[in-house]
Amino acid sequence: MKKSIVVGLAAALCVSGVAVEASARDYISIVGSSTVYPFATTVAEQFGKATRFKTPKIESTGSGGGLKLFCSGIGTEYPDIANASRRIKKSEYEQCREKGVKEIVEVKIGYDGIVLANSKNAPQMDIERKDLFLALAKSVPDPANEGTFIDNPHKTWKDVNPALPAVKIEVLGPPPTSGTRDAFVELVMDEGCAAFPSIEALKNTDKDRYKSICQTIREDGVYIEAGENDNLIVQKLNVNPDAYGIFGFSFLDQNTDRIQGSKIEGKSPAFEEIAAGAYPVSRPLYFYVKKAHIGTIPGIEEYLAEFTSDKAWGEEGYLTDKGLIPMPDDERLRFADDVKSLRPLTME
Amino acid sequence: MQDVEPSAPSSVRTIDIINRRLNKRYRAEKRFKRLGLAAILSSLLFLGLLFTSIVSQGYSAFVQTYILLDIHFSRDAFDVSNLAGADYNGLIRKSLQSLFPEVRDRQEKRMLNGLVSSGAPFQIQKMVMSDTSMIGSTRSVWVPADDDVDMLMKGRIDRSAPEAERRLKDVQLGWIDGLRGDLRLKKKFNRIFFTSGDSREPELAGILGATMGSMYTLIVTLLLSFPVGVASAIYLEEFAPRNKWVDLIEVNINNLAAVPSIVFGLLGLAVFLNFFGLPRSAPLVGGLVLTLMTLPTIIIASRVSIQSVPPSIREAALGVGASKMQTVFHHVMPLAIPGMLTGTIIGMARALGESAPLLMIGMVAFIVDPPGGILEPATVLPVQIYLWADSPERAFVERTSAAIIVLLAFLMVMNAAAVFLRSRFERRW
Repeated sequence: MKKSIVVGLAAALCVSGVAVEASARDYISIVGSSTVYPFATTVAEQFGKATRFKTPKIESTGSGGGLKLFCSGIGTEYPDIANASRRIKKSEYEQCREKGVKEIVEVKIGYDGIVLANSKNAPQMDIERKDLFLALAKSVPDPANEGTFIDNPHKTWKDVNPALPAVKIEVLGPPPTSGTRDAFVELVMDEGCAAFPSIEALKNTDKDRYKSICQTIREDGVYIEAGENDNLIVQKLNVNPDAYGIFGFSFLDQNTDRIQGSKIEGKSPAFEEIAAGAYPVSRPLYFYVKKAHIGTIPGIEEYLAEFTSDKAWGEEGYLTDKGLIPMPDDERLRFADDVKSLRPLTME
Repeated sequence: MQDVEPSAPSSVRTIDIINRRLNKRYRAEKRFKRLGLAAILSSLLFLGLLFTSIVSQGYSAFVQTYILLDIHFSRDAFDVSNLAGADYNGLIRKSLQSLFPEVRDRQEKRMLNGLVSSGAPFQIQKMVMSDTSMIGSTRSVWVPADDDVDMLMKGRIDRSAPEAERRLKDVQLGWIDGLRGDLRLKKKFNRIFFTSGDSREPELAGILGATMGSMYTLIVTLLLSFPVGVASAIYLEEFAPRNKWVDLIEVNINNLAAVPSIVFGLLGLAVFLNFFGLPRSAPLVGGLVLTLMTLPTIIIASRVSIQSVPPSIREAALGVGASKMQTVFHHVMPLAIPGMLTGTIIGMARALGESAPLLMIGMVAFIVDPPGGILEPATVLPVQIYLWADSPERAFVERTSAAIIVLLAFLMVMNAAAVFLRSRFERRW
């Protein structure tokens, strides 16, 4: 027994000794958004199979967490690529520069639609963002008293707008940690908010208040935070025809026999509508490449070439099968060009 | 008569009072037994529900739909010096084309090719590379079908839904029925599920990578936590002086056992990754973190089993002149080992099912190649389940359940081993 303890400890010591020495990495390390994850992994897998390079490792950390890791420094222990479901922020860019990550190549890969969907067993809804704001915001303008705000009193969609069905408002959506939630707030709540002159007036007088009114989602059980698992939301919609769910387009795309997307401002969340830019709630997806790692880590350039090839992100590429909405031809060409010349991102 | 009872106690016999109370006590006992039984039955019911739902969703993932294609490996398609460069996709397209020569339209051709998994060309490539003699001949090959076809064959896609709402269009259903009529479409045992790593295509996704990752992680955990845990337990029980420092250590060990596992992940991130600079996503770091998590469990179980060795054994050993050390290692340890092993196995089973602490150290990742060592990036079974559960493709629902079945099987084997060890070797005094 004594022997085994000694052997065990010795083994542990050896192992940690080896670990510190083994620093060279022969695979690409990618971190970031869970929205970009299904697309990046598809490309990575294809890349791993079709080339002599190893399949990249892709961690799903969320956009913010991913960029933080990405911007921690230069060297093989830091990731080479960060996926993001939003553009890199100025503050993140600054942080990158501070840590020596001076040259970053920005690649926009396409669009993702955010849908409001319900069960096929209920009628399809056609709603405006203004009404969505009234249905989901924590406080709304008081109709009786101009310029003041009350806790959201709306119980049914009909309360919000008489044209909508008299069904209880019940929306399952992502929690605040999710990028989908950020995008929903920005593209729906902020926009819906802008339709009210009394809120617009606040913008100049009390900016913080304006922000909190526009961006706070109600907490009285009408909006149900369903976790990050969108499959769960789809399943719940199936069981409860009165409920609506908020999630990415790819989940609608895979479940068209069970659920339908609500029209927003008259546009339905169909592939063509989102691709044409007509559907209002869609956001661009990006990834960022550390230029200093090209040449040190094998395969980055080839991975970029695979991602930006027409068979991947093109109009009929394999990423569209996974639910990615491709960019228009000219935009795609422009970004493919940027990638080829590895033009670094500049931010004012 | 009864109204006057209190004033005339002598008329009530003591035995009646006792009998009445006795009945009441019997009833209370019966009630308690029934409640206990009800508790057990309801937990069994929930367990049964869990198992039925998982098994009914997951059993179908152990078979996979394959399509039989006659592939002609024509000589002009290959350049022997560059086998990897050949157009394997083209070979598959050609063979599908020969099955359905009437398909001419470009869009329809795309849909026809969509019936076969995107992994098929790589399967053909591997075949050719391992046996170049097949160039020039025609072979019949079973290749995996696309996940939508698989879902249709398993009845998880509703054929009667309107065409616009189905992922498979009417023409595709026609081709599938044609293939089925020719016995070219068959469900076979899903070997891919057990022999490959993760994939974004459900029909190509497997659990080998995650299983290997779990194995490496657990080996590291076992190698570190068992010796350290047992040594601490022996020291604390047999050698440590009784003072308030030891009491403090004891309280802390018991506290550690109740710390949420994510905290250990944060610790691992701060210490092993940021301070020691160990690689991210490596089973070594996962094992280290899980070691911290299982140590308290092992220490506590080992101490209990040392305590249960009667003092007479120690006294006898000391009495015949054995040193303290000899007493412990020759007499106490052999008797306490079954209990220690039981505690270790239960700790390991807990570590096997853990995913939260691994999130922080980068083991929640898409990793295709199964790891070859404790320093290569890896993921583990519970993380694989989590990642698949979050995938939009419907075919991942059954793979998720199937992976859960495999994980449960491992857990059951481990727990059964613990029970077996206990009943076989444990001695009672």
